[in-house]
Amino acid sequence: MVLIAALFVQAFQMALVVLLAPLLTGFIRLVKARLLRRRGPPVIQPYRDLLRLLRKEVVLAENASWLFRVTPYLIFAATWVAAAIIPTFATGLIFSWTADLIAIVALLGSARFFLTLAGMDVGTSFGGIGSSREVMIATLAEPSMLLIIFTLALIAGSTQLSSIAAFMTSTQAGLRVSLAIALIALVMVAIAENARIPVDNPATHLELTMVHEAMVLEYSGRHLAMIELAASLKLLLYISLIACIFAPWRLASPGAGPAVYLAGLLAYLAKLAAGGALLALFETATAKMRVFRVPEFLGAALMLALLATLLRFVSRSL
Amino acid sequence: MDGPVFDIAHMLAGGLVLVSMMMLYQDRLYALLNVFALHSLILTLSVAWQAFIQDAPHLYVTAAIALVFKAIVIPVVLHRMIRQLGIHREIETVVGIGPTMLAGIGLVALATVVMLRVTPEADPLAREDLAFALSVLLLGLLIMVTRRNAVSQVVGFMSLENGLVLAATGAKGMPLVVEISVAFSILIAFIVIGVFLFRIRERFDTVDVRALDDFKGRRRK
Repeated sequence: MVLIAALFVQAFQMALVVLLAPLLTGFIRLVKARLLRRRGPPVIQPYRDLLRLLRKEVVLAENASWLFRVTPYLIFAATWVAAAIIPTFATGLIFSWTADLIAIVALLGSARFFLTLAGMDVGTSFGGIGSSREVMIATLAEPSMLLIIFTLALIAGSTQLSSIAAFMTSTQAGLRVSLAIALIALVMVAIAENARIPVDNPATHLELTMVHEAMVLEYSGRHLAMIELAASLKLLLYISLIACIFAPWRLASPGAGPAVYLAGLLAYLAKLAAGGALLALFETATAKMRVFRVPEFLGAALMLALLATLLRFVSRSL
Repeated sequence: MDGPVFDIAHMLAGGLVLVSMMMLYQDRLYALLNVFALHSLILTLSVAWQAFIQDAPHLYVTAAIALVFKAIVIPVVLHRMIRQLGIHREIETVVGIGPTMLAGIGLVALATVVMLRVTPEADPLAREDLAFALSVLLLGLLIMVTRRNAVSQVVGFMSLENGLVLAATGAKGMPLVVEISVAFSILIAFIVIGVFLFRIRERFDTVDVRALDDFKGRRRK
């Protein structure tokens, strides 16, 4: 009985992240449009786009291999599994004990690996540009992410997200400069990983600047829908990750009553809305940087993560 | 030492190291000055918090000096100086930002390792403050070494001095006279540097210190 309940909560969480992801993207677009004093499309526009793409015929390049056709599903699956591990509204879900933060990074890394392969598969120049830029960003973003995880693991004593969230809600965590620096670094990595504005503009098709768009240029129909959904899911994943580590309030612990779960769910929705609004605000306030400045930006994130690990040793040895 | 008291002191001192790293990252003069003002502001808060913990009212005076001179007067004066000198607002670095930041991380690691090894039986708060202060000091030196522009070297010097103040306040029983004399000697040094800056600029039409090298070379020939 307990197992069935746990399975139900896990299934609900998985369904929830997929259903919420396009809504979050639509919400961010709406907030951005309002900040620019435009009316903007309705919040449910991403759902409509996805449905439209699903109905459309798939056009494949002549020399596309099987890899090109499989990749969208692989990316979506890897991102979905990664999102299922993160405690969104409740800690201690079944899946979260099977994999930890490092596994999440590995899942996202393999998704990215297949995306860059698919970008080069058709053999157009745009795909190659996009893939090479994506890999350049990844080589700096992933070490930073891993260093942030090491800092968190050193402080909380675990790489399990549920344990980290439990540690952060306890009084042991306290105010630590390492945590503050890790938060800044994690936000920078999240911006780079999701191809948001200072690094890449998700709404542009300008060949000088695009990274993610260049790789998926050859996709159409349901393949494109899968990739778009995976991109939304990845954004939701990162906001949930930041919320779960640095704002783990109202997370329901396993075996709690339905009221606690409901409170956790409402808190999660509020956190997502806050994260999305902050992201939209940040994106309207900054300008896109040149591609050659990106290594500097991510290098700063890497340095911050290193500094966080170092300063953590200062406070440990006391 | 109970939780929040220690945590806040730790946050403020660690924040100072973080802002030092931010200074290392800046490549515009005005931005550098603003970050320096932030640096001094955090120093003020840190010193005031130390005064509160240690119950040492004379540290409030130090905090006030830091606030008035370092967070307000010196940045404003430097802003005016840059405008009067009419110099390039982009900072030329000797090596790129990336390697500089790496060197900075190395220095922070060095400071931490050295300080924690040599002070095993000191008070934890003082120990930590000393480690952070040495990092800030070394980062200030690094800023002075890696910049070609004389104004940014001045900023590096001032941030180095912020590290000194942090170390002084972490160590209990520092007399007020010493702190005031250090603060004022820095102020005098600042004035002297300011005068020199204008002289250098009159002589060479630039505040890039490479011009001085050229000058020396020509004399030797």
